[in-house]
Amino acid sequence: MNVINEPETSKTIIQPSKGWKIVDLKELIRSRELIFFMTWRDLKVRYKQTVLGVAWAIIQPVMTMVVFSIFFGGLARVPSDGIPYPLFSLAGLLPWQLFENSLRNASRSLVTNRNMITKIYFPRVVLPLSSVLACIVDFFVAVPILIFMMIYYHYSPNIYLLLIPFYILLTIITSFGVALWFSAMDVLYRDIGYIIPFICQLWMYLTPIAYGSGMISNPKLQFIYNLNPMVGVVNGFRSSLLGVYNTVPIQSIVFSSVISILILISGLVYFRRMEKQFADLI
Amino acid sequence: MPQNSVIVSHIGKRYRIGAAPASYRTFRETLIDTFTKPKKRLHGKMTDANSFWALKDISFNVEKGMALGIVGRNGAGKSTLLKILSRVTEPTVGSATISGRVGSLLEVGTGFHPELTGRENIYLNGAILGMKHEEISRKMDEIIAFSEVEEFIDTPVKRYSSGMYLRLAFAVSAHLEPEILVIDEVLAVGDAEFQRKCLGKMSDVADQGRTVLFVSHNMSAILRLTQETIVLEKGKLVMQAPSAEAVDYYLSHGFSQEGFRVWTPDEIPAEAAPFVPVAIRILNDQGNISDTVRSTQPIHIEFEYQLEEAITGLRVGIYLISVRGEFIFTSFDVDDSKRFEEFSVRDKGTYISRCTIPADFLNEGRFVLGVNASTFKIKRYFHDEQALVFHVDGTGAPGTQWPEPRTGLIRPRLSWEIEAKN
Repeated sequence: MNVINEPETSKTIIQPSKGWKIVDLKELIRSRELIFFMTWRDLKVRYKQTVLGVAWAIIQPVMTMVVFSIFFGGLARVPSDGIPYPLFSLAGLLPWQLFENSLRNASRSLVTNRNMITKIYFPRVVLPLSSVLACIVDFFVAVPILIFMMIYYHYSPNIYLLLIPFYILLTIITSFGVALWFSAMDVLYRDIGYIIPFICQLWMYLTPIAYGSGMISNPKLQFIYNLNPMVGVVNGFRSSLLGVYNTVPIQSIVFSSVISILILISGLVYFRRMEKQFADLI
Repeated sequence: MPQNSVIVSHIGKRYRIGAAPASYRTFRETLIDTFTKPKKRLHGKMTDANSFWALKDISFNVEKGMALGIVGRNGAGKSTLLKILSRVTEPTVGSATISGRVGSLLEVGTGFHPELTGRENIYLNGAILGMKHEEISRKMDEIIAFSEVEEFIDTPVKRYSSGMYLRLAFAVSAHLEPEILVIDEVLAVGDAEFQRKCLGKMSDVADQGRTVLFVSHNMSAILRLTQETIVLEKGKLVMQAPSAEAVDYYLSHGFSQEGFRVWTPDEIPAEAAPFVPVAIRILNDQGNISDTVRSTQPIHIEFEYQLEEAITGLRVGIYLISVRGEFIFTSFDVDDSKRFEEFSVRDKGTYISRCTIPADFLNEGRFVLGVNASTFKIKRYFHDEQALVFHVDGTGAPGTQWPEPRTGLIRPRLSWEIEAKN
């Protein structure tokens, strides 16, 4: 929707929008209270009527870690860059589950909230954005268990711990960018709802969660492999947290950032292009 | 010179047929279409064959502080117009300029989450409607008082009765204090007391010099609350005039005059499925379809409809409404509890529900018939409060020896006795 909003007179002009633009970020900033309340609603509602409540945010990665440790670490003896396998997989699973949960929730957010979209105007991008934000809280709830594991295995981070916020940010940018594409497509094609679980699964195996990226040695293959921004993020997160790094991996950071930002910008453009039709098509 | 708070110029909205709200495409369809009909993609050009104009070339202005009524039959484009003005959907052509915050009562309770408490939902709904946190906190007590659910304000709304839910939802919307208030038939829901309260709140809003756009089928509410009214017919604006004039025009031109009414597919909303209204007919005592029936004879009403799937607990009924919008009665075909048990499930198929309004009951004049198909407290499949207009001729009715109009909507033949006490 093409809307010019001047705060003094608060005059709104409604007319058909044309061309390719990115989502109106100024308007999004003005809607920060709505973003806050939608995030809060997501969190508040997520574990309602569950016995274990917010503990699920911890149980999910831990259970996956146990399964991975038995099958990949134990039976298949997958190399884990010399780190004890449970710690290795958990350090990968936390950023990965942040990515996967935000991607899944945000991609479905428009269709889930279709009654809001058909009845009232608000910046549509609030919906996927607040879904992603709600997942960050889950992530932080699960962090203590990782710290506990690090103490148990006597691993301590070094100065490169300072890179962690950057990797978290990159995870959010990537999942939000992909979710912008998927959520807008979901309005037109409900197939997206069925495809997302497969994509998530495939994407996880293309990311060094259960195995170390050292397994990929062919340089050509390595280049393609690194196109997945989550490779740089997961490797970076794990290495900086467990004190593996002794230099800043500039190349990997730049590479992952560029790809993530491209995904985000293209998502913002595609979303904007589609959003005018949401109320009619959803 | 008076300021315009809404200026609408040449707005048109085209919908793709088959892209109605309820239907969506699958990848497979798109893939198949990509190969079989390479020119007709999803983003292909809309043509006259695959689309229709829900609104065509609508232009009007609303002065600041004026209440404007919008009337028209189902499918005339009223809701589409409000959706465009409240920015839910975009016009295909044309533009509108709106000065001030728009609050719409299209969305009472939008974003309410059943698991959250009443208070939490007030915050959430307020934020969705565009209120600031501080503003909501300030008005919280007032909102709670208005909603009359004080005791349950910290209970999840899933435990609320539908009436409480509605009151709470309306309370939030009513405290939005927008410069322009857009209302679409909130009055169709809720009990009489609640409707009275809504109307009261709306006249308050109008008295405070805010602009109101009010869509309703209730002509008495339109006359009471609005100064000017626009009449929409098949997506076109046919009249903008002072409300009394516009309502009169609408009532005399807007309806079929033949004594029957057939619903066309574009008049049936998608939510009605699997209920498909076909036609309603008025028959005189001789069994002929007629738009004029006699007060002294029984009036027969037939409502024909199809069920595309079986419905459990369906009740199909009529409203009799005066031309001023007052309800005279509501009656359902399964009001008799024995019949309700007999027809507890209606299978797929075509049905006719018939009833008879007894002789010597209605006063002379014009009446409106509405229809309703619903299941109690579960779903309202279809409702049209202006299915048909008919005339009652008073010849021979009680008291017609005096050629004077009788006040009142009904004119029953009562059994009088006169006792001389001396």
